[in-house]
Amino acid sequence: MKVRRAALWLLAPIAAIAFSLLVSSIALLLIHQNPFTAFGNMVKYGTQGNQIISIINRAAPLFLSAVAVAIGFKMNLFNIGVEGQYYLAALLAASVGAAVHLPPVLHVTLILVTAMTVGAVWAGIAGVLKVTRGVSEVISTIMLNFIATGIGSYLLLNYLKRPTAASDLATRTREIPKSGLFPSLDKLLGITNPNEPLSGFLLVAIAVGIAYYVVVWRTRFGFNLRATGLNAQAARVSGVNPGAMVIQTMLISGAVAGLVGMLYLLSFFHAYTLDFPTGLGFSGIAIALVGRNNPVGIAAASLLFAFLEVSAQILDLNGIPKEVIQIMQGVIILSVVVAYELVRRLVEAQDVRAAAQRTREPAAPLEGVAA
Amino acid sequence: MPEVAAVELQGITKRFPGVVANDDVNIEVAPGEVHAIVGENGAGKSTLMKILYGMLRPDSGTIRVRGEEVHFRSPKDAIAAGVGMVHQHFMLAENLTVLENIILGSEPTHGPMIAFGDARDRVKELSATYGMPLDPDRLVEDLSVGERQRAEIIKVLYRGARILILDEPTAVLVPQEVRELFGNLRDLKREGVTVIYISHKLDEVLEIADSITVIRAGRTVATVNPGDVTTGQLAELMVGSELPRPETRESTVTDTVELTVEGLGVKAADGRWLLRDVSFTVHRGEILGIAGVEGNGQAQLLEALIGVTPIAAGTIKLGREDITTWSTEARRDAGIGYIPEDRHEEGLLLAAPLWENAMLGHQAQAPFAKGAWIDRKGAKRQTEAIVSQYRVATPGIRAAAYALSGGNQQKLIVGREMIAEPKVLLAAQPTRGIDVGAQASVWDAIRRARAAGLALLLISADLEELIGLSDTLWVIFGGRLVAKVDASKVTPEELGLYMTGAKQREAAS
Amino acid sequence: MAGERTDILVEPVGESPSHPGPRIRRSWVIVAAALLMLVIVREVTGSKELTSSFTFAAALALAVPILFAGLGGLWSERVGVVNIGLEGMMILGTWFGAWAGWKFGAWYGVVFGMAGGAAGGLLHAVATITFGVDHIVSGVAINILAAGVARFLSVITYTTGTGGSPAQSPQVSGTLFQFTMPFLAGGPFLWIHKTPDLLGWFERHHWFLVSDVAGVAKGLMFDVSALTLIAVALIPFSYWWFWRTRTGLRMRSVGENPIAADSLGVRVYTMKYIGVVISGALAGLGGVFLVFEAGIYHEGQTGGRGYIGLAALIFGNWRPGGIGAAAGLFGYADSLQLRSDPAIHALLLFVAVALAVAAIWFVGRKRAVPAAALVILSSGFFTWWATSESVPGQLVGTVPYIATLVVLSVASQSLRPPKWDGRPYRKGQAL
Repeated sequence: MKVRRAALWLLAPIAAIAFSLLVSSIALLLIHQNPFTAFGNMVKYGTQGNQIISIINRAAPLFLSAVAVAIGFKMNLFNIGVEGQYYLAALLAASVGAAVHLPPVLHVTLILVTAMTVGAVWAGIAGVLKVTRGVSEVISTIMLNFIATGIGSYLLLNYLKRPTAASDLATRTREIPKSGLFPSLDKLLGITNPNEPLSGFLLVAIAVGIAYYVVVWRTRFGFNLRATGLNAQAARVSGVNPGAMVIQTMLISGAVAGLVGMLYLLSFFHAYTLDFPTGLGFSGIAIALVGRNNPVGIAAASLLFAFLEVSAQILDLNGIPKEVIQIMQGVIILSVVVAYELVRRLVEAQDVRAAAQRTREPAAPLEGVAA
Repeated sequence: MPEVAAVELQGITKRFPGVVANDDVNIEVAPGEVHAIVGENGAGKSTLMKILYGMLRPDSGTIRVRGEEVHFRSPKDAIAAGVGMVHQHFMLAENLTVLENIILGSEPTHGPMIAFGDARDRVKELSATYGMPLDPDRLVEDLSVGERQRAEIIKVLYRGARILILDEPTAVLVPQEVRELFGNLRDLKREGVTVIYISHKLDEVLEIADSITVIRAGRTVATVNPGDVTTGQLAELMVGSELPRPETRESTVTDTVELTVEGLGVKAADGRWLLRDVSFTVHRGEILGIAGVEGNGQAQLLEALIGVTPIAAGTIKLGREDITTWSTEARRDAGIGYIPEDRHEEGLLLAAPLWENAMLGHQAQAPFAKGAWIDRKGAKRQTEAIVSQYRVATPGIRAAAYALSGGNQQKLIVGREMIAEPKVLLAAQPTRGIDVGAQASVWDAIRRARAAGLALLLISADLEELIGLSDTLWVIFGGRLVAKVDASKVTPEELGLYMTGAKQREAAS
Repeated sequence: MAGERTDILVEPVGESPSHPGPRIRRSWVIVAAALLMLVIVREVTGSKELTSSFTFAAALALAVPILFAGLGGLWSERVGVVNIGLEGMMILGTWFGAWAGWKFGAWYGVVFGMAGGAAGGLLHAVATITFGVDHIVSGVAINILAAGVARFLSVITYTTGTGGSPAQSPQVSGTLFQFTMPFLAGGPFLWIHKTPDLLGWFERHHWFLVSDVAGVAKGLMFDVSALTLIAVALIPFSYWWFWRTRTGLRMRSVGENPIAADSLGVRVYTMKYIGVVISGALAGLGGVFLVFEAGIYHEGQTGGRGYIGLAALIFGNWRPGGIGAAAGLFGYADSLQLRSDPAIHALLLFVAVALAVAAIWFVGRKRAVPAAALVILSSGFFTWWATSESVPGQLVGTVPYIATLVVLSVASQSLRPPKWDGRPYRKGQAL
């Protein structure tokens, strides 16, 4: 039964992916392209060494973003504000990192701690507003995203901008010195001549993933968190303090969100620039949903999304718009949530039936009396 | 009776899995009378009324309205036949005005627009005819409970109902509002409206009803004329002619006080006292039962004791320790167990496996936890122990809680609280909605724990349970402990009188 | 995602006060008082832009898309469905509006943009109402999907047109008509090509108050696009629909208490579907407006206006008039930021004065704590005004969001979101 059940849960994302392939195939057919060639090329291209490195580099930030969202989801908190949290965190961490000179490990640690603190504080505002003023975190985190954008660009333009010569129009923070950057894993793994280095930050993402699992599933705190998400009232009478849980969870979620931009910052950009990646926060919501807040599921979903983005680059060379994968991603998200909802109802009905059969409830005696 | 009956119920039977809610119920309601249906909680009144209103269908029996046999498939059919119902929990949209609530679904219109003028006139006319003053343009949110009830009644009358079912109409009213309601009911009667009045408040029933039908355990016990009975007789009819005798057994009550409650008070958001001046002690090895009709402060008492409701007055002591300001977690860890009234609402994580449910409330204690960590092995071992000792029928400890039957869910909850050997256990309706076999095993567990020195506060609507288990029995009414009775001597009449508020005695033992 | 979400917008904290009295008259008093204060501030600081017709014309244009989005939110949330997907529906509106406008002409753009938004609304309705998916989850998914669809469609269509690219459309041909009030703002009247510009004449004379009022009025009356007229007309229309018609009442009842509505024979699902689809169509119209203002479609054109619409909805207390006022306020702040730095700076003084007036009001009501808080805030703003030269534009952009957060945290007790907003409903469920 366990296997069948797991298969059923797996069926939902598979069905969603199949459905998205169908929809995007139709889109491709409409523009007179052969979907088989297109997808075939994507797989061929996306499974080559260089592309795999690129996929992993892209998947790690997506994974972190999804974990940040999932921590909230596990107790029915919606952190839609990962976007703003990682943006402010990246900006301020980049500035702090550029302002100091420290020994390598300490330097990186300082940058990461700064990022996590900024993310946590920004998310914590939403937590405090919810607990003390009853403001829904859905709305407050959305609003905080925009406020972050405003404050961030104000700070960047007025205080954090790298002094530039008149000819240099690029607005960016100052460069982080080498001691503050993250090493690549290339030497360690014996990768030679890659198009791009495999970022060592991957290890941080993996560590966060493990920590997420351990904290949420193996600690008392995690139990309280999940219990609150499943039944807030039952958790409360069991001794959980709901207000404290909300604030703590938002702080942790925000701290993880603070790490989202760090791979790009410390391995590639070395400064906060105007073309720093955006939208990772929203992708994180999608990936957390597809991965059902499960660490392995999230890892798989972030690899899938990264694979789509990287492998789609080949499409342009074939004269096919690579944007078709954005439709795929969108369809996957919407259909997977519907599919999970349907599976949930199905599994519940099955379980109840199965348990009733297995345990053979004795016929209720009152009924016997009446008959 | 020369007139044809307004409503005639014949041989109505309704079974639910494991329970017969109505068993051959026969009632005849004369037109233009206020006919009361009384009975304890769970006697089957609500089921009967849902059948009459088309929300449930009877397994057998016939319903006649004004002599004609009817088969209601939905409330719509009932409304069409002139039967309307005022639910205990009002069906009103709070952000809409009284008028909007009343006309919703049957709006008079001019083109696409609602003819508010016509509607307002009609509502004003109704409220004048039946003497129920009500400003149609106020928001329901701003109305008092009594006014909301009036709005509900007018809503039903607006739809042309001539037979009105009122489900526990005074449960939520203050005395002043009860007076007004009775005035309204008399006006309704004068206008020829038939009222079916469901209640368990005997003095009220005697005051307003023209005839009274008593239901006990799903059966109609008697239909009486209020002039011919005393409150005492009615109480006896309701509770049963005999109370179960507590079995003779060794008293295990010791001199050690485990729980002391003094002057405890809880206030509602609007400043009303929901619980007032409650004082008692529970000793080691003692079961203190609290009898009372639901909604008289029992829920607030438990919530205050477990620490999820702020208290407005009084102190709580566990042993000698003052725990009044302690958090729920601290109280749990100090040895207070809790069996909540509603297992789905407060007792279980339905989607989580049994072994995690077994942790709930004990997640900070051994064998479930080691420091900040969950001890999965310990937790599972403990869950296996609960499952086998308390005979929880389940496919395994990994099964989700929702997959279990209600009785097995309850056994799991009782087991997890008992196995932790708490000093004090707060138990509300520990055997509600479970079959007799499960009930017996829960009672058994309670007796064993008592013998081992548990101090138990037992709140139950089941008098058999209360009398059978309690060493000390208090009656709660209107948020106060009104009487301490001797379980071995109390008569049904007396208990009924206390529980329905007809008789009050100062809390002197 | 098990478990119900009952707290999408505000959770009740404490008791709710009684229903506010006659709002209409009170809001006019507030508008008049605000205008008077604005004029005084204009006089003190010399920032003519504060009340110039150009500022108000720009404010109107900036307010319209927010207004459309806010009204879209209204139609959805009044039937109890939270619509975070407004942004996505707006994106669909911009793309389809621009495409049809480019291919067939302006009015086709309007129709297609509406239809595109409505399609997004339908998707949201199917997911949330039929399949019971969490409203927020569905909304977020729609935002992502819509952005992807628009991008893909741009690539396959616009890249062939002149000036088009994967990120923007070619010039959208044709225009909707624009309206200028005759006699007051100099618009044409029947055969008279140009009528006197009475308000403009007043404005040019710089008479205290008179010229200011004329400027404001003229700003709202000249070169007003057809979609603006539609947007403004939708305010009274929405009010009429929800508070005067039968279907409107039933729709509202569904957002308040679907179980009670169902018990009275209201078709709950149908009402919800109508509301959410119209919500999408309105958001789509907001997108169309953006396209016609800019003359082209470009990626990221909506710029989060769907979310500002949500803010306007909350700020406006889930009422059409309130949404209109909120959209106007947000648009005004935006237009000042675009037009002039000193004016924004002068606005600080305005805020200080407004807070002081509010403080006096609280003193009159003998409520010391809020009064004291307001006095402190007011002096803070005054100090800021007195000690600085300008306000950075980036911060001005955050005003709508900060304002919304403040309103939610301070005044949540007087907010009245529909009671069932965001909660799942399955037919036949018990209370």
